[in-house]
Amino acid sequence: MVVDVLDLARWQFGITTVYHFLMVPLTIGLSLLVAGMQTAWVRTGDRKYLAMTKFWGKLLLINFAMGVVTGIVQEFQFGMTWSAYSRFVGDVFGAPLAMEGLVAFFVESTFLGLWIFGWDRLPRKAHLACVWAFSLASIASAYFILAANSWMQHPVGVELVDGRPRLNSIWAVLTNNTVLAAFPHTIFGAFAVAAAFLVGIAAWQLWRGNADEPVWRSSVKLGTWVGVVAFTGLAITGDLQGKLMFEQQPMKMAAAEALCHTESPASFSVFAVGDVSRPDCEDVKSITVPALLSFLAHNDFSTEVKGIDDLVPMYQEKYGTNYPVDERLGELSGKPIDYVPVLPVTYWGFRLMIGFGAISAGVGLLVLWLTRGGRTPRGRWFRWLALGSIATPFLGNSFGWIFTEMGRQPFVVVPNPTGVDGVWMFTARAVSNSTPGEVLTSLVALTLVYGVLAGVEVFLIRRYVRGGVAGVLPGSDPGGPGSGDGPGSGGEPGTGDRAGSGDRAGSGDGVGSGDGAGPGAKAGSGDEADDVLSFAY
Amino acid sequence: MDTFWFCVIALLWLGYLFLEGFDFGVGMLLPVLGRDETERRVLINTIGPVWDGNEVWLLVAGGATFAAFPGWYASLFSSVYLPLVLFLLALIGRGVAFEYRGKVDSVRWRRVWDAVIVTGSWVAALGVGLLLTTNVFGLPLDAAGDRVGSPFASITLESLLGALAIAGYALVHGAVFLSLKTEGEVRERARALALRIAPFALAPLVVLLLLVQLRFGSVWTYAASIGVALAAFGAFARLALRREGQAFALMGVAVACAVVALFGALYPNVLPSTLDPAFTLTIENAASSPYTLTVMTWVAAFGTPAVLAYQGWTYWVFRKRIGTRHIPSVHVP
Repeated sequence: MVVDVLDLARWQFGITTVYHFLMVPLTIGLSLLVAGMQTAWVRTGDRKYLAMTKFWGKLLLINFAMGVVTGIVQEFQFGMTWSAYSRFVGDVFGAPLAMEGLVAFFVESTFLGLWIFGWDRLPRKAHLACVWAFSLASIASAYFILAANSWMQHPVGVELVDGRPRLNSIWAVLTNNTVLAAFPHTIFGAFAVAAAFLVGIAAWQLWRGNADEPVWRSSVKLGTWVGVVAFTGLAITGDLQGKLMFEQQPMKMAAAEALCHTESPASFSVFAVGDVSRPDCEDVKSITVPALLSFLAHNDFSTEVKGIDDLVPMYQEKYGTNYPVDERLGELSGKPIDYVPVLPVTYWGFRLMIGFGAISAGVGLLVLWLTRGGRTPRGRWFRWLALGSIATPFLGNSFGWIFTEMGRQPFVVVPNPTGVDGVWMFTARAVSNSTPGEVLTSLVALTLVYGVLAGVEVFLIRRYVRGGVAGVLPGSDPGGPGSGDGPGSGGEPGTGDRAGSGDRAGSGDGVGSGDGAGPGAKAGSGDEADDVLSFAY
Repeated sequence: MDTFWFCVIALLWLGYLFLEGFDFGVGMLLPVLGRDETERRVLINTIGPVWDGNEVWLLVAGGATFAAFPGWYASLFSSVYLPLVLFLLALIGRGVAFEYRGKVDSVRWRRVWDAVIVTGSWVAALGVGLLLTTNVFGLPLDAAGDRVGSPFASITLESLLGALAIAGYALVHGAVFLSLKTEGEVRERARALALRIAPFALAPLVVLLLLVQLRFGSVWTYAASIGVALAAFGAFARLALRREGQAFALMGVAVACAVVALFGALYPNVLPSTLDPAFTLTIENAASSPYTLTVMTWVAAFGTPAVLAYQGWTYWVFRKRIGTRHIPSVHVP
């Protein structure tokens, strides 16, 4: 069997990118929520918010580290495995990448370090500013990298010089309507991930009757409402994005629906039984909603939506029927170009994205309702519901990206129907002139290392989740400082009272140590440094 | 404008070598200078708040090369593929290790991550040296800018010497940094070690610069190479007199001069072809359009001073020396 560099390089890019993007949305969403928690603590002085900041902040750090190191690979692999692509688009594509580094990554990494180690060395407000700085920078980095990706989906702001796109308006690239839709969609997706993370873990803590109940109840509430807003935002921005895609990449959207023939009005397929890949798509039994697709595409229930069979000849006419004869294309040299993405992937990817997103928001609301008024379901099912729901938005995000990136094949730079002629590139032409052995080696090595690290991250997150607030806030152990001041220390009302007001109320004997350790920022004596370093390393 | 961006990229590499140089060194010296767990935590805590920010200099050097000289970015990284993969794996490993080693209170757990830190720091330091030296001496590139021949074309005597040169520099730089940032026994040990190993560890760098000088040199790279020698000697002398801060600054001057010499020898090429000078990538044929470079110049003009300011501020916030007395007992779930 001949393994070609193109397939290996695509698998490598897919694996490393999907993996990286498991960490990224959690980092983005959670860092802003942690910034919010810390703000609440600084403003109210309520120890509950400090506990939330420290607990969720610690999980954020564990995740952040993995996002950072896997991001290094992303910065380099365009040149490593996609050197022909890098040469072709470098005049345009490199700029947002460099801006991301200069404007966002520096801020992110520097202020993260200051935040981790600065609990007692910075004034409280300056320390709070650090968490805002790095969380906003993580959002800025999302903007730049999405601008770069959106340019691949919809190239704008360029002219064609010597067969290569040349940037003539950075403004057009940064305000590409594709990125203006993709950016909020991605950010809402990040909040959906963070929200489910909060809801799932906090609900589990309630279920097992962990101390610090108010911490978990507040987390569930925060997570649910953020999740609901995020899902609403996802639906709205997703709809906007879809409408753009019908114009910019009609083939992708036809593939999302596995829509073989042009329909007018077109119905939306909710679910299909059977194989959606061509040429069997005649046999697929699909549950459909009449005319909905027309509405999704054009805000009108009667308009026509182009099907794959009609789009293919249009693409062939514009971009050719066969690949050029070129030894660098390997097996594809001179072969007909397949303009249809892998339909099962696009069709199911699209549905799984929406489905998992909806499940995630639904479970959040369900959990909020189940825990209303201080209730906590005690059945084992609740535990599985809570923990299982954490995975859903991660899956939704991954399927969404797999759909959008696979849906633009065979192009790496998709032609812009209203843009400059000639600014597009086939994926097959983008790959480096490497040997299969090189790419196979790196593919195996990176996959193995990423696999091991995924295990380590999950192990650590589990451990710190189990440790609860006591694990990250020395002195707040159940039975420690709190047991002295809480009325009925064993029962739940007691723990609740403690975490809620222990910080201020407890000037008595038992509470002293707990109080000093927590809001270290205000005192800053020698002992405090210890707790700071223990938050760090 | 092309020349300006060539200088910017050299400057980014300088920032990277100077900053990450010492955190590589700290990682490489972890088992040597950290005799027990508390001391190892002292060492790691000296770079804890800053190593990530230091590493971004590499990312930005990569990104800026992509933006300003796409041809350079594409040819270099695709040609030095396997060593680069190893280098990236090393960076991944040590980054994760710094963050995760203290998260579980177990001797075995820490021992594993310590091994990753040490190996990762060595491999990464050697890797940077190999990459930079290969870049100066060139690669067998064809007319399209693709490497001809073996995946190991980048492994030559010169590039191996370059790997040792940067690793040796990182070793000394790390020891000087530790003598500046720690107190007590660790500080003394770091200082003594720096003085003891400096003549051997810096020798490959001197040989490398000599080689570069003979092959590509001009008057001003000659001056820069002399500068490296003088600054390194000065650092040694100041350290011997316990002026650690001055020694550290002089190590910075030395690496700055080394970068000037290496990039000066490269200029006006960005990546020479060893097959045919006609295939060599130059600042002209590898550069982006003037418009793109202008855009990037504006971004850099506003971005760089800000970066220098807040990174500088970080070092100011964490300016205090760290000693074993600052290390708390472990508190993890």
